[in-house]
Amino acid sequence: MHTIDRIAGATLSLFALWVIWESRQLPLGTFRVPGPAFMPALLASLLLTFGVLIAATGGYAERFRSLRWNELPHATAILIVCVFSALALERVGYRLTVFFVLVFLVKVVEKRGWLITAIFAVALAFGSFFLFYTLLRVPLPLGPLGI
Amino acid sequence: MLDTLQNLYVGFSVALSPTVLLYAVVGCVIGTLVGVLPGIGPLAGISLLLPASFGLDPTSAIVLLAGIYYGAMYGGSTTSILMRIPGEAASVMTCIDGYEMTRKGRAGPALAIAAVGSYIAGTVSVVGLMLLAPPLAAFALRFGPPEYTALLLLGLLVLAYMSGGSVLKSLAMAALGLLLGMIGIDTMTGFFRFHYGLVELGDGIGIVPVAVGLFGLSEILLTAGQEKPPEVIKPKLRDLLPSRAEWRDSAWPIARGTFLGFLIGIIPGSAHIISSFVSYAVERRVSKHPERFGHGAIEGVAGPESANNSATSGAFVPMLALGVPSGPIPAVMLAALMVHGMSPGPLLIQQQPALFWGFIASMYVGNVVLLILNLPLVGLFVNILRVPYPLLYPAILVFCVLGVYAVNGSVIDVWIMIVMGGLGYLLRKFDFETAPIVLGVVLAPMLEMSFRQSLAMSSGSYAIFVNRPIAATMLACGLALLLLGLVPFFARGVDWRRAFGLSPSSELEKEDHR
Repeated sequence: MHTIDRIAGATLSLFALWVIWESRQLPLGTFRVPGPAFMPALLASLLLTFGVLIAATGGYAERFRSLRWNELPHATAILIVCVFSALALERVGYRLTVFFVLVFLVKVVEKRGWLITAIFAVALAFGSFFLFYTLLRVPLPLGPLGI
Repeated sequence: MLDTLQNLYVGFSVALSPTVLLYAVVGCVIGTLVGVLPGIGPLAGISLLLPASFGLDPTSAIVLLAGIYYGAMYGGSTTSILMRIPGEAASVMTCIDGYEMTRKGRAGPALAIAAVGSYIAGTVSVVGLMLLAPPLAAFALRFGPPEYTALLLLGLLVLAYMSGGSVLKSLAMAALGLLLGMIGIDTMTGFFRFHYGLVELGDGIGIVPVAVGLFGLSEILLTAGQEKPPEVIKPKLRDLLPSRAEWRDSAWPIARGTFLGFLIGIIPGSAHIISSFVSYAVERRVSKHPERFGHGAIEGVAGPESANNSATSGAFVPMLALGVPSGPIPAVMLAALMVHGMSPGPLLIQQQPALFWGFIASMYVGNVVLLILNLPLVGLFVNILRVPYPLLYPAILVFCVLGVYAVNGSVIDVWIMIVMGGLGYLLRKFDFETAPIVLGVVLAPMLEMSFRQSLAMSSGSYAIFVNRPIAATMLACGLALLLLGLVPFFARGVDWRRAFGLSPSSELEKEDHR
């Protein structure tokens, strides 16, 4: 039966196995003189143990099917916006990236009016840039046009 | 004692001089602003303003920088309570109950208790710093790598044992955090681990992107898309101050947090980070109603906030008394003193009494300034909650990205935040706590380094952890906690088959047959 604990435990165990597999590229050292792979392998073994125990004792946890994923489309849109901001930040600059992110979230996702979207996006994009870049001298990326 | 009071009088005459007082106020104001803006923590704030202090006299410079430090430590709690965005590791635990209080319309009391707790902890720990600096510093020096390893393990086990959910799940999350902390260059051998071609990962995974992702971004992902987002009750004016019951419930947590934070703060290294984690865990364990934790318990704000502010003063003990910085922030302040020709250490008190006692007195003054500054601002800060959520969360998201990017000026940190946000979203759906991951990431490099240094010291003998009394005591405590935590797992005894879902007469089986 698929409960959330069984799925989580199995996933953690698989991740631990993957870490152990990846650790083989580094010297393990010995028990007395641990190498760079020693600690990761040790921790991955612990995680594997915990993962197996969570899966084994998770028979009575909440069923996976009973989880509600109503917010998933919204969450996916927000994650896509985050990915866009990571890709665009150093390419088009801070102000334009933030402006586009806010326009997308407020207008497209939250379906607010154009006027409030424009005012909000411009104020936050340029206001936060002024506060951080100009006043606090935090280095923020500028786009190819210098904005 | 009389000498101490006389010296303190000298200190206050320095700290209350108009110029020094002005710098204390300016430092606290800047620190609060730096702390309130997510991502720009006290270290970045102090580093950015360090050059500005070069033109000042040494007393004014150190008072200004110390003011930024306390101000930022307090300011960091504001975003944790109002938006669930921890500015730095020490604010992570405040997010949990602070934000839940905000959702219940109790943001004002949470902020007020954080301010008062910080004030009390700061003031009391300054008394400790004043009276106990030399002997405590000598004790802290007895902490070598084996003691440090034991302390860090104890910190992780305390958190796992005292967490509200399953010990197994907490331990798994701590192990996951420690594993994430393994990424980067191995400082003992120079091997680059798990980098996959990204040179930016050489220094490891930063704590800010992990904490902001696991707490701030995951919260947005979970709530923004709900058909009916969880209601955040806008506080009324009369709700801005804590009730009598909230004051009463906060008194002991503040006292315990102050004591714990100061003790942990003096230990060289960055162990002071765990003070807020340990304080939260202790409060949950000693509470008569531990089930309230995670759902807006004021003790979950009062304890950790007091602990991290007390640790701030504690961190100055080894710096002033021995010249040993107990973390990156005291290290920057040490550098500032050295720029002015001062050399902190055992002779500082004799050679520069005005500086030492002026600094001590300015900490009292700084705490009063922070309280006066922050209590009236509570009303201003909670107004943020009046912004409609469809506009508030995009703004929070922008500040998350900005704050994370600003730490190192690296997009890799933004990517880490995104991955951690997705991971935090899934883990919270699956009923896992994310705080142990943050603690694991913080402690991993220190734990590994001290563990391997201990073995190097003992030519590979693990007996070093047992032969040294402090380390052995802490490990014994950790082991006892681990066993206590696992008791419920084994004590099921007769129904162990049920625990594994094997019992043919189990309720679930019956349910399946229905």
